[in-house]
This record gives sequence, C-alpha cells and structure tokens, in this order.
Amino acid sequence: MADTVFLAISVLTIGSAIAALEVRSLIYGSISLMGTLGGIAGYFLLLDSPFVAMFQIAVYIGSIAVLILFTVMLVRRQLIFFKVEDKRRRYAGIGLMLIMMVSLGAIILSSGIKTIQTDAPPIDFRTIGADFLTYYWPALILMALILASSVIGALTLARREDMEDDQRTN
Amino acid sequence: MTNELIDFVIVSIALLAIGIYGVSVKRNAIRMLFAIEIIINAANLNLVAFARFIPNSQGQTFALFSIAIAAAEVAVGLALIIVAYRMYKNVDIAEFRSLKG
Repeated sequence: MADTVFLAISVLTIGSAIAALEVRSLIYGSISLMGTLGGIAGYFLLLDSPFVAMFQIAVYIGSIAVLILFTVMLVRRQLIFFKVEDKRRRYAGIGLMLIMMVSLGAIILSSGIKTIQTDAPPIDFRTIGADFLTYYWPALILMALILASSVIGALTLARREDMEDDQRTN
Repeated sequence: MTNELIDFVIVSIALLAIGIYGVSVKRNAIRMLFAIEIIINAANLNLVAFARFIPNSQGQTFALFSIAIAAAEVAVGLALIIVAYRMYKNVDIAEFRSLKG
C-alpha cells in the first residue's frame, strides 16, 4: 500500500503535469513543468536512487526548465497566452487519454506485477559509476559526443545570419 | 519498502496518458515540447522503478543516459522553435506549412 509521502508526490506530479498543459500563460506552464520534474525526482528518492534524483534535479530543473523559460521569454507577449484549439480535437484527445489509461491500466493490473514487493538492499551509486566506466564506456563517450554535437547544432540553428551581415557591412 | 511496484507503474501510465493528450491536442509548439518532456519522464520513472524492484543497477544507468539524451533533444527542439518563430512570427504548428506538399 502506498504511503502518504507517495500520495503527496503523486498529487504534485500529476496536478502540475495537467497544469503545465492547461494553464493559460506559458510562463506559469513552464513553472508547473518544473513541479512535475521535481516530483519525478522525489519518486527517484523514494525508490532509493539518490544519484538519479540529483541528476534529474541538476539536468531537468537546473538546465532544461530554465532553458524553456528563457525561450518562452523570447517569443512575443500575445503568443505566451496563445491558445487555439479545436473543441472536437480536444474531446478526441481526452477520449484518447482515457482509453490509454484504462487499457494500459487493465493490462498492468491483470499481469503478474501486482504484488511485487522487495526487501532487497538499495543499489549503491558506486555500482552505477563502475558500470559507467567499465561495461558502458563506449555508450558514455557516444553520449558525450551526441551532447556536444546537439549543442553545436542548436547554436548553429539559432544563429541570426542577417544581423551578422549587418555588422560586417558596418 | 512500503510502496509497491504497481503504484509507480500506475503513476507512470497517468503521466504517459497526459503527455499523449498534450501532443495530440495542443497546437503551441512549446506546449508540445512540455508534453514530450512529460512522456520522457514517465519512461524514466518506469526504468528506475523496475530497476529497484528487480533489483538491478542497469535500469538506473539507462535512466541516466535517457536524461542526458533528453537534454540534447530539448536544446535542439527549442532552437528549431526559435528558427520557426523567426520565420513565421508564430509558434502555432498549424502555421508551419513550408514543407506541405
């Protein structure tokens, strides 16, 4: 049975996930998204994985949410409150959401994982570090290259060529 | 541990369904990115939960990889949104029609 901390984190996570998509202002939406990401970090702490929780807080709340917040501030003010959606499409989306929840929930509840509990000791973060540096080192290097190339790609995409031309002629 | 695996999986299903609702209904590109982030987080939660209950360290390792790749994805996605905003002065995905046949 779930304890009260779990229930509180669930309310925070799911409530702010809904708020992130439904709140009128995009700025409040991105702050709500921070709530969701923080709630997930709380789940990681409940699951005895403090290393992943710290990583989640550093990467998601520290960089991704702040990056989104700055991008939101770069768009025009009317677009921050911009919300056009079809009524029919919205109802179809809610229907799709409910169908997914019910069908996936039914599958999971009828499967064998319903009663799984564990008394095993939590995994030490040293094991994860050793995994990274022994078995998964090619993947680690590949990930570093992907991150570097994506940051360079993002900088190249977001560069303003017209402004640089102006500066050059001046 | 007092919490069971099924609790975490149910929360993960709820987050996945909310994310799919956002991707399919919203027309604002930044909000679609929010929805994609929520889906990725639901997947990460599943990875760590199953890793805790098996118990196995590989789930946590994969969750860390997934978080790093998600950071790269958001950087590129936001750069694309900024480029599209500069071209169309809008973030409505229904307005991005240059590639429409």
